[in-house]
Amino acid sequence: MKRRVVITGMGVAAPNGVGLDNFELALREMKSGIRYFPDLKDLKFSCQVGGQPEIPDELLEKYFSPLQLRGLNSSGIVYGVISGTDAWKDAGLEINGNGSPDWGSGIIFGTGILGVDKFREAINLIDEGKTRRLGSTSVVQTMASGISAYLGGMLGCGNQVTTNSSACTTGTEALLMGYERIRSGAATRMLVGSCSDHGPYVWGGFDAMRILPGNYNDRPEKASRPMSATAAGFVPGSGAGALVLEEMEAARERGARIYAEVLGGEINSGGQRGEGSMTAANNEAVQRCISRAIENSGISAGKIDAINGHLTATSRDPVEITNWVKALQVNKEELPHFNSLKGMTGHCLSASGSIECVASILQIYKSFIFGNLNIEEIHPEILQHIEANNIPLASRPQNIDILAKASFGFGDVNAVAIFKKNNE
Amino acid sequence: MSDNEIISRLKKIVEPYVQRTEGMENFEEETDFLNDLQINSANLVDVVLDVEDEFDIEIDNDSMEGMLTVGDAKSIIKRKMAAG
Repeated sequence: MKRRVVITGMGVAAPNGVGLDNFELALREMKSGIRYFPDLKDLKFSCQVGGQPEIPDELLEKYFSPLQLRGLNSSGIVYGVISGTDAWKDAGLEINGNGSPDWGSGIIFGTGILGVDKFREAINLIDEGKTRRLGSTSVVQTMASGISAYLGGMLGCGNQVTTNSSACTTGTEALLMGYERIRSGAATRMLVGSCSDHGPYVWGGFDAMRILPGNYNDRPEKASRPMSATAAGFVPGSGAGALVLEEMEAARERGARIYAEVLGGEINSGGQRGEGSMTAANNEAVQRCISRAIENSGISAGKIDAINGHLTATSRDPVEITNWVKALQVNKEELPHFNSLKGMTGHCLSASGSIECVASILQIYKSFIFGNLNIEEIHPEILQHIEANNIPLASRPQNIDILAKASFGFGDVNAVAIFKKNNE
Repeated sequence: MSDNEIISRLKKIVEPYVQRTEGMENFEEETDFLNDLQINSANLVDVVLDVEDEFDIEIDNDSMEGMLTVGDAKSIIKRKMAAG
């Protein structure tokens, strides 16, 4: 029998809450983390709002040494290190400064692009002929695997330490890759997660594609409207989420708190065929990803109590709901509750999957469901497939035994993970 | 600028990079950056950049390679300042 995998620690740096307790409170209170950024106005962005975790200097000093802070200008590394270190400590694990690496523990921590502000610094210096002024950390702050490298050194991990990248699927993919590594016996424990830089140089390309809302600059908290009839595009976000995955017996032996079990999942691609393209999903691939994830988890679709969707607040939300309903193939009364975190955080891009996995596990462990923010009116095409009462508009207590989490990304890539409450 | 002043400014510059703090107790010409202070060799380029900013000089790669001890650094700084 394959080994079972549980979640024993979590950490998060989200636009609406940094740290697990703050984040849980934000979910319960449906707090928006979307703000107006005057620099985006100066730069003539159409969308001048975004989601960015607030990290005061005092907090930064708890995670980085004064030396590490010198010249640090990679927001993804800041968010990733905060969430990753928090998850490790939350799992009750020691950070050992000396001795051998922890051979059983590894890291898969993804990102879309890293250290963009640092890279801009470097580009400007190089163009001025001052390459020698770059300093020693230009490479490690801008290499994609910088985030897993920083965490690997801080935590002393001796198993696989790597970074994955699959656009907005990255975080959920990292979780499933870590899950596979433990299940196969190659590792006992994996820190999984993902991060995303903030700011104009990350968000500009999306603004240029005109898929961000431009009409909410005076009402930032209203801008992100997943599943709403008036959804006008996704609000760009940033941040990081991290989870400690552990082989179940090893977790039990050390008396670790178990948040939930990872039952299984699926990762696939639509090959950019059919309605699939660089930026749109092939529907058959999405449905197949969902149904195979359910199959791999050894459950029936009717057992799923809640779905945390990808649901970004573009015109694609009704298509995603249609895909879920087609893949689940259950009676209307058996349909689960749907929610999207993005109404509160915006779309945190490569960080979205992991932040949303943390939100999903919190709901399972604490028996509540968070409400969908900014739906004054549910999109009529969504109501053709599911009832309004499947879409909670307010947070409330709710027992969730099984939850499905999906992330979809540019490149026509998909990931679905299935989580279960730990009742043992 | 006196030797003592250069060395005391240098001490301030290297401080954040030092991993063996006992080494700072006897910060003198013979003090070796890598062995006595255990400064990460990758950080030596950062020390050089900070020295350049502090003394308004430029230290070329060849000079940097000969900068193993506090005394080496002091001599290079004096030489570059005189040339400047």
